[in-house]
Amino acid sequence: MKIKSQKDFYSGIMYMGVGGAFAVGATTYNVGTGARMGPGYFPLMLGIVLLLLGGLITFKAMVVETEDGDKVGKWAWRPLRYVLGANLAFGVLLGGLPSIKLPAMGMIAAIYALTIIASMAEDGFKLKPVLILATVLSIGSYLAFILLLQLQIPVWPTFITG
Amino acid sequence: MDLISNLSLGFGVAFTPINLLYAFIGCVLGTLIGVLPGIGPIATIAMLLPATYALPPVSALIMLAGIYYGAQYGGSTTAILVNLPGESSSVVTCIDGYQMARQGRAGPALAAAGLGSFFAGSVGTLILAAFAGPLTEVAFKFGPAEYFSLMVLGLIGAVVLASGSLLKAIAMIVLGLLLGLVGTDVNSGVARFSFDIPELTDGIGFVTIAMGVFGYGEIISNLSVHSDDREVFTAKVTGLWPTKEDFKNMTPAVLRGTFLGSALGILPGGGALLAAFAAYALEKKIKMRPGEIPFGKGNIRGVAAPESANNAGAQTSFIPLLTLGIPPNAVMALMVGAMTIHNIQPGPQVMTSNPELFWGLIASMWIGNAMLIILNLPLIGMWIKLLTVPYKFLFPAIVLFCAIGVYSTNNNTFDVWMVAIFGFIGYLFVKVGAEPAPLLLGFILGPMMEENLRRALLLSRGDWSVLVTRPLSGGLLGAAVLMLIIVLLPSVKSKREEAFVEE
Repeated sequence: MKIKSQKDFYSGIMYMGVGGAFAVGATTYNVGTGARMGPGYFPLMLGIVLLLLGGLITFKAMVVETEDGDKVGKWAWRPLRYVLGANLAFGVLLGGLPSIKLPAMGMIAAIYALTIIASMAEDGFKLKPVLILATVLSIGSYLAFILLLQLQIPVWPTFITG
Repeated sequence: MDLISNLSLGFGVAFTPINLLYAFIGCVLGTLIGVLPGIGPIATIAMLLPATYALPPVSALIMLAGIYYGAQYGGSTTAILVNLPGESSSVVTCIDGYQMARQGRAGPALAAAGLGSFFAGSVGTLILAAFAGPLTEVAFKFGPAEYFSLMVLGLIGAVVLASGSLLKAIAMIVLGLLLGLVGTDVNSGVARFSFDIPELTDGIGFVTIAMGVFGYGEIISNLSVHSDDREVFTAKVTGLWPTKEDFKNMTPAVLRGTFLGSALGILPGGGALLAAFAAYALEKKIKMRPGEIPFGKGNIRGVAAPESANNAGAQTSFIPLLTLGIPPNAVMALMVGAMTIHNIQPGPQVMTSNPELFWGLIASMWIGNAMLIILNLPLIGMWIKLLTVPYKFLFPAIVLFCAIGVYSTNNNTFDVWMVAIFGFIGYLFVKVGAEPAPLLLGFILGPMMEENLRRALLLSRGDWSVLVTRPLSGGLLGAAVLMLIIVLLPSVKSKREEAFVEE
C-alpha cells in the first residue's frame, strides 16, 4: 500500500503509539467506574480516543490523495544535535553530574559552553564573535538574574566558592 | 451612586504617592522580567512575591497587580517578536503577531497589543467595579458539569483556530490532555505516568513544554533551512505605529475582544486564556474585508482581539477571586497566597470588611494599565531593535534564556533535561505537520477537566446524561457541536483550507 501523505501517516502512527502507551499505562492504575473514577479512568478514556484518532489519521493518509505526497523531508540532525546538546551541556555544567563525579561548574561556565555549542549549529562558526557573545550574555545574565532578580543559581564552580 | 463612591474610595487609596510608586515599580519589574522569553507572569510573581512581604497589605497587592500586568504585557512582546509565548494566553498572539514581525510590522503589532490591552483593561475595570456583586450569582450557577462542558467548548474553539487538519488538531488536544495528567492524581494520591521519577510526580511544567516545543522546536526548524533561504525577518521595518487602515481593522476587533474577554473572564477556570482563544476564533469567523491579510499570515485583528480579550479577562477574573475566593488561574492562586500572607481571607467578606483594599485594588488595576501604556509605547522602538540582531547571535541567546528560565522555575536541572526532550518532540511536530498550540491548551485544561468530570459524574451517580440534561451544560456542549459542524461544512471547510494554504 502506498502512503499518500507522509506527514499525516507518521503523525497518525505517533498518535496511535502515544495513545496506546497511555491507555496501557492507565490500566496499571485503578480504573474504577464512572461514578467513582479511579486514577486510571480518564487517561484510559483519552488514550483510547487518541489511539482511534491516530488510526483514522493514518488511514486517511493512505487513502486520500495529496498533491506532492506531503513529504516529511530531511531531518536537520545538525541543529537538532547542537541545540539540544548545548542545552544538555548547560544543565550538566550548571548543576554538576554526581554520577561521573563532575562538580557543579556554575552559570558562567555553563553560559560559555551553551553559546559555543549552540553556535556550531550553523555554518561559518567563528570562535571570536562567539566568545564575545558569550561574554555579553554572561554579564547580562549575571546582572539580570543574579543581581536584579536574586535567582538561586550557582554562579561560580563549587570548588572555588566552596 | 454606589459605583462612583466606591471608585472614588478606591482611587483615594490608590492615588497616594507611595502606592503609585509601588504600582510603577511593579509594572517596570513585571515588564522587564516578562520580556525575558520563558518567564511568564506566574514565574515573575512567584519570584517577586517575597519582595512584597514587608509592605502593608494594600500596597503589596497593588504592586503585585502591577507585576501581573507588566508580565502579561512583556509576555505578549516576546510572543510577537520571537514567537515565544511567555504565558499560556499569549499562545494565540504568537500566531499572527510573529508573522507581522516577520513582515517588518512588529511596531504596529506591539502597538495594537498595547492599545487594545489598555482599552480592554479600562473597560474590564469598570465592569469589575459595577458588576462584582451581581455577577457572582452567575458563577454560582456553574456546577462541575458546566465547567466540563465549558472546557470542551473552549477546546473545540481552539481546534477551529488551529491551521491544517482538523483531525490532527483534535489529536493534539487529546495528547495535551494526556500530558497534563502526568503527575500525582489529586484524588487518590497515585503518581501517574511518572516512571518512578520523583520530579515527575509534580507533573510536567507548563514552562518546560512551552519552551521545548515552541522555543527549541522553532529554533531547530529555523536552523534547518539554509541561512540564505531563511525568512526570519525582513530587514525593513515599516513604521512603528499602526496605519489608518490598521486602526480601522483593529478597532472593531478590540471591541469584540473586550466584550468576549469580560464575559469569559468571570467564569472561573482559565478565563483569560479561554477568552484569548475564543476571541481569535471569533475574529476568524468574521468576514474579511477585501485585501485583508489572511489569519495566520499576520492579520492585525489576530493580535488586537486576543490581546484585548486576554486583558479584559484578566481584569474580570478578579471577580471570582475577590468575591468567591476561587482563583481562576495559577496567577490568581498566587494572589490568594499573597492575600493570606497579609492576613486577608479572600472571599465575599473582603468587599465589606476591607472596602478600601477591595476598591483600592480595583482602582490600582486601572492605574497599572495606564502606566503600562505610558511605559511601553515609547519602548516599542527599542524592542524592535532586538529584531535587527542577526539570527546567529539571537538564537544562542534564546536557547540560553530558555535554559535559564526553565532551570529557575524549580531550581532543578531535571527540567533542563525535560526541555531537551520536548525540544526534540517539538521538532518532530514540525516535521509531521502537527500544530502545537492546541496541545498546550489541552495540557493546561487536562487536570481541570478530569476533576470536573469526576465531580459531575460522582454527583449524578455515574450517569453521563447529566452533561446534556443540565440546561447550561447542554447549551455549552451544543455550542461546541455547532462549531464543529460549521467548520466541517463543505463551504466553510474549503475557505478554512484556503486561509491556511502554504505559500
